[in-house]
Amino acid sequence: MIEPIFLLEAAVNGILLSGVLALLALGLNLIFGVVDIVWIAYVDLVMVCMYLVYFLVMVYGWPLWLAGLGSLALGALLGLGVHLLIITPILGSAPVNQLLATGGLLFFLQSFATFLWTTDHKTVRLALPILEVGGMFLSFVRLIAFVISLLAMLGLWVFLRRTYIGTAIRAVSQDREAMALMGANPQYVYLVTSAIGGAMAGLAGALLVIQYSVHPFFGAAFGPLTFMICVLGGLGNMVGAFVAAVVMSEIISIGGVVISTEMGYVIAFVVFIVMMFVRPGGLLVRRG
Amino acid sequence: MLAVKGLTKHFGGFAALTAVSFEVNDGEILGLIGPNGSGKTTAFNCISGALPCTAGSIRFRGEEIAGLTPDAICHRGIARTFQIPRPFRKLSILENVAVAAHFGAARRADAAEARRRAREILVTVGLPADGLASTALLGAAGLKKLELARALATGPRLLLADESLGGLDPTEMTTAAELLRRIRGELGVTIVWVEHIMATLMRVVDRVVVLDHGEKIAEGTPLDVAEDPRVVEAYLGERIVLT
Repeated sequence: MIEPIFLLEAAVNGILLSGVLALLALGLNLIFGVVDIVWIAYVDLVMVCMYLVYFLVMVYGWPLWLAGLGSLALGALLGLGVHLLIITPILGSAPVNQLLATGGLLFFLQSFATFLWTTDHKTVRLALPILEVGGMFLSFVRLIAFVISLLAMLGLWVFLRRTYIGTAIRAVSQDREAMALMGANPQYVYLVTSAIGGAMAGLAGALLVIQYSVHPFFGAAFGPLTFMICVLGGLGNMVGAFVAAVVMSEIISIGGVVISTEMGYVIAFVVFIVMMFVRPGGLLVRRG
Repeated sequence: MLAVKGLTKHFGGFAALTAVSFEVNDGEILGLIGPNGSGKTTAFNCISGALPCTAGSIRFRGEEIAGLTPDAICHRGIARTFQIPRPFRKLSILENVAVAAHFGAARRADAAEARRRAREILVTVGLPADGLASTALLGAAGLKKLELARALATGPRLLLADESLGGLDPTEMTTAAELLRRIRGELGVTIVWVEHIMATLMRVVDRVVVLDHGEKIAEGTPLDVAEDPRVVEAYLGERIVLT
């Protein structure tokens, strides 16, 4: 029997993990909701940003916070680039072509990263403490990542609620034609959305690289999890994505302690498959 | 104000509009009528830029607008409403109108200005302007008003109103028709009005253009058009009763 304190520790760690996952899912969801295209290579953009932070911090000796801002900026630029170079030409084409194009980007980024930086795992080493709270051991890095993720999501929420471009983004995700007839240029709304989605990938990259080592196939490790969270939360549903992120990371974290890390993931994926039968529209959507 | 010349729209092999020409004069209310599938809404879609036209010219205040994007046409001063209201359900009533006021104006309005204008327009059309009211509270009549309010918020010179009366009861119809008349009178907006409810439309409009199978079959004052044998035939012998 596992001691309750370990379960509690796993539960708290699960919540801490959910922050970054929710951030990723929200970024992907935001883009999907507005542009109606799933960026298969989204987490591979995160991988590129992680490399940037690694090189800036470990090779050029930048302070981490500055490298994080750089990662945010690179993410936004990558988002703009992906939209202009890859998405714009295929906006109106069949969904399968869109999947193939963004999927192609995934393989390009993986291969390019392997070519440039080899398959070695690269780690940003930080001398940050492990906190002891009431007998539980919590990673300080994870706590920081969680808090920053929450702040970023809060910032996104305020942006979507309080600014006109944010309101237009919410409006376009419901009816792009009507919004164009009211004078908002769809391409402008798409570009802003892609830049924000990209910036969230950049931020997530900075928060992930201090917890995990980066390698060219990082996207393959976190990508499926991110998509699962998006689908589980209901594609385009922001609150749902957050709830799904918490559920998934709790399963992984607690399953990891009770059985084994690998089994944590297995259980999470099984739960996902079962949920797709029970609630195909997402956790928060009633079947109807 | 608006000169449509030889407007043609094909969907594959189907000709939805064939060489339709008509003009809209500054300050008038023009009725655009015809049986179901006669091309009225397609004409609106072409003029507002939602659909590219196959051939023809659309000149607005002397400038060719055929081929411009919907947002560019909106900025030149043409707004439209939809037959089936399409509010942004997740936005409040005020947000729906304010976002149109912000992006729709030829020169982008700042946040406070757009909000103020949105409130004014909501008062004009008779909807709550407090900013919290949700679109879920609106019935058919309210949604039609919201469509009008969003269109007006973009500051149009020409309003394309698509079936503003559909689904309303007789009292609401009279109010809605009166509202269109006020929009022309008080805001000086020229209106092209597509409508099925003939009796109400005929009382409000200055002139009528009649479409059938994508072609213009008649044009003139409501009285002349109602007597036109081709119009009577298009409506399957059903005479348009003017009350």
